[in-house]
Parts: sequence; structure tokens; C-alpha cells
Amino acid sequence: MKVRVAGERGLLVEVEDLEMVHRLHAALRELDPPGVVELVPAYRTVLIVADPGQAEALDDLAARLPGLELPPAEAVAGETVEIPVRYDGEDLPEVAGLTGLEPDEVVRRHTAPEYTVAFLGFSPGFPYLVGLDPALEVPRRDTPRTSIPAGSVGLAGNQTGIYPTATPGGWQLIGRTEVTLFDPARDPPALLAPGTRLRFTVAA
Amino acid sequence: MIAVRKPGLLTTVQDLGRPGLAHLGVPTAGAADRRAFRLANRLVGNRPGAAALEITLAGPELELEAGGWVALTGGRVAAEVDGRPVPMDVAVRVEPGQVLRVGSVSSGLRAYLAVRGGIDVPPVLGSRSTDTLAPVGPPRLEEGTRLPVGDQADGDLYRQVAPTPAVEPEPVLRTVRGPRDDLFTDDALRTLIGVAWTVTSDSDRTGLRLDGPELDRRRQIELASEGMVEGSLQVPPDGHPILFLANHPTTGGYPVVAVVAGRDLPEAAQARPGTRLRFRFVSVAEARATAGGAPL
Repeated sequence: MKVRVAGERGLLVEVEDLEMVHRLHAALRELDPPGVVELVPAYRTVLIVADPGQAEALDDLAARLPGLELPPAEAVAGETVEIPVRYDGEDLPEVAGLTGLEPDEVVRRHTAPEYTVAFLGFSPGFPYLVGLDPALEVPRRDTPRTSIPAGSVGLAGNQTGIYPTATPGGWQLIGRTEVTLFDPARDPPALLAPGTRLRFTVAA
Repeated sequence: MIAVRKPGLLTTVQDLGRPGLAHLGVPTAGAADRRAFRLANRLVGNRPGAAALEITLAGPELELEAGGWVALTGGRVAAEVDGRPVPMDVAVRVEPGQVLRVGSVSSGLRAYLAVRGGIDVPPVLGSRSTDTLAPVGPPRLEEGTRLPVGDQADGDLYRQVAPTPAVEPEPVLRTVRGPRDDLFTDDALRTLIGVAWTVTSDSDRTGLRLDGPELDRRRQIELASEGMVEGSLQVPPDGHPILFLANHPTTGGYPVVAVVAGRDLPEAAQARPGTRLRFRFVSVAEARATAGGAPL
């Protein structure tokens, strides 16, 4: 564990892998340290942000972090969420061409693994998923689309993801889901959370 | 009710934003210059988190149907009510049906207009802030937008002009090294604090893009995306830093070389394109020691 300074009211805690990120995130949520307003997990780090008026509280916390008891990995694994997808995305033929796989095989390989939501970012509720079959790694589109409809399921590099809201984007689109990933009127507003397990299924 | 006759260049409803939702990918957003925003609310006796208008470069024309007390703060701007000039940094009375015309911001970039009671659009995820990056919160003001006035006032009016610092022509921003300073060469770190950086025209509430020499990395490793704080100086592969403001994305994939102290973020938020900025490294303790200094 390495604790880095991120300004006068932030600590960026670096750990060895995603599992440790989620265990540390869970431990910090449980600890609920005074003055802390944000805990932001990512692939290898958890960012801790304090309220501007209570930044001194971080010094205590930084000293406690190395000795912090973390819950076991099994205890922080989230529930598994199923995302039904209509695999009729505009770029499916191109993805098939790039990977040398039949479109049906692209779909089979995309629905096979159980993915983990590493973290949410880019736009509200957008999940960065790990667990993609390496055979499905494709480059981003040369020219990003100016608007991608909400629910679009895409591929880029070693990542797959779902666009929660209509945004511009450069990912290769292979399908679309009707599931609402982000709804400000819902509590919590995001369907997925860091650590959630996820499986794509073929929509009936 | 406030009727928007002309929206200005980019006028949005802002408050203190949505802290606590970054793990869901929701930016904090809120007023870019929180010092000027807080002052505006103080002047009209509003609670600190009451929503006000953030005005960018060219101001709106507003009819206050029921009248009310208003205060203008932040970037210097000329305003008038029915031909009568409206002074800044003081509570001013507008009578029912009178029209407030806010002109162009002449120094700085953003002015704040608070109305006693606060702008009462429906909150989204606990805030009335227009997020200009993510689709959250009320839309920006348009001609014909009608803004309800709320009951978020619990203090006295300030009828005397509040002293405010002049806008610095070439601000020097206190900056804490890290979290990824170790990825940069010693030369790059010296350059960061050694030159004046020019704010480019593609800057916005998300961040200031800075033109100057390239900051070289020590190692070309691919950095996994990680969380970022407001004030982060992120360096993309082209070597030109971006200084992230209130509406920054929650995570970023390029290394953050240093973070500007919260106390100096209002100066950054007021830096219009063409402004030259400098950075100075300070300790965490020094950055915190300067974090107070609330006006009034």
C-alpha cells in the first residue's frame, strides 16, 4: 500500500490489484472516517477526499491506513446483475471482421464471462468492467460518434461497457440494453456499484 | 418568479454541487468560483448552499416579477435596473417587474448573481447545480426560462459594499506536488513552476487547458484511470497540463503532477482565455493554512 498526497484535502491510496481496491473501499466505508466526503475507487487506487474545512482529519487517517483491517474478498463481492442485450449493434459486423470471429461467436464470448464492475466514471453510472475475453479486444473507432444512444453496449481495447445516457463516444457498438443504468430519481441513482458482478445475456 | 428575457452567453444555476457521489461517476459540479458564490449569498442573507446564477462573460437580462434583493459578485461586470447602475458586492433592491440587465464581464470570467431566497429549481441528487459535463441538474438558462425564488434566506442583508480582492492580472497559484510527480522529470517539475502558462480558449467549467512548454515524463507507463480532486493538474500525452475546475470528471487516465490549493481555485476559475498563470509549490500545511479566509 502506498499513500500519495492529492492536494491538501486528498489522499490517493495505491494498492496491488482491483480486489484490494474493493476490500479497502469496503473497509473505509465501514470506518466512515470523520471529515471524509468522497471515496473514489478505481483500478488500482482509492481516492479519499476530505471536506475543505476538515482536511486535517486526513493526517490521522493516513497513519491508520497501513494497519487497517480489510474484509475478506468474498465479503465484498457484490451481487450479480444480469443485463439482457439485443446484439444488433451497428459495429457488430466490423467487430466480427476485426476479431476474425462469426457475429454469433462474438455474442457467445461476450455473454460467457462474469464481469466485475471495477469502478464507475466517464459519465454518471458508466461501468468500467473487467473480465472481457481477450479475443474480443478491438480498437476504438477512428472517428467517435457525436451521440450514442443510452443503453448501448460497446467494446474498446480490453474493455467493455454500457452507455448509461446518450453521450458522444468512440467505442465499437455491438448491442443495446433496455436496462436503466442511471436514474437521478432512484436511490441509489446508479444500478451498478464498484464491485458489482455482471453478466450479459441475449435478450429474448 | 424570475423571467429570463435573454440568457447571456452561458448562464447556469449553481450551488455547492453534489459531493459524495464521485464513486458513481457523478461530478461535484457547483459554482466554479465558490468564494464569489458564497459572498453573493452572504450579501442577500441566504444560506451558504442556496442556488444562485453563474454568469459567464456576457450576462443575462432578467425580469424580477415579484422584485427582490439581489447581489452581484465575482468577475467585474456592469449591470443596470431600468437605466440605474447596479453596484457590485452589495445587496441591491429590485422592484416588482423591473428588469435587471447584466452586461459583459470586464475583468475575470464569471460573475454570480444571488437573489434573496435562492433560485428554487427542483434539486437533482441533492443539488440545483447545472452539471455542464454530465446530464444532471437543470438546463442552462434560455430565453423564456422561468426561475422560481425560494425561501433559503435566514440572515440579514448587507447594505455596505463588501471589500473584495482585485482580479490579479497574472495570478500565482499555490500548488502541492503529487500524487504522480514521480512520473515526471526534474526538468518538467522545474518548468511547471518556472514559466507562465497561458489559458487557452477551449477552457470551460471542467478545466483550464494551459499552453506552454511540454512537461516530459520520466517513464512512459500506461497509467490506469484513477480518481481526481478539484485543482488537479493533469498532463495528457501532449505534455500540456489541464487544471481541473469544479465540473471535472470524477476519474482520469493521465497522471496528475500537482494539485492547486483550494484557496487559489477562485483565481483559476476567474482566468479567462489568454490569462497567464504561474504555479508555486507549497507544502500541504501551507496549502491548508491558506484554505480559510472566507470573505465578510
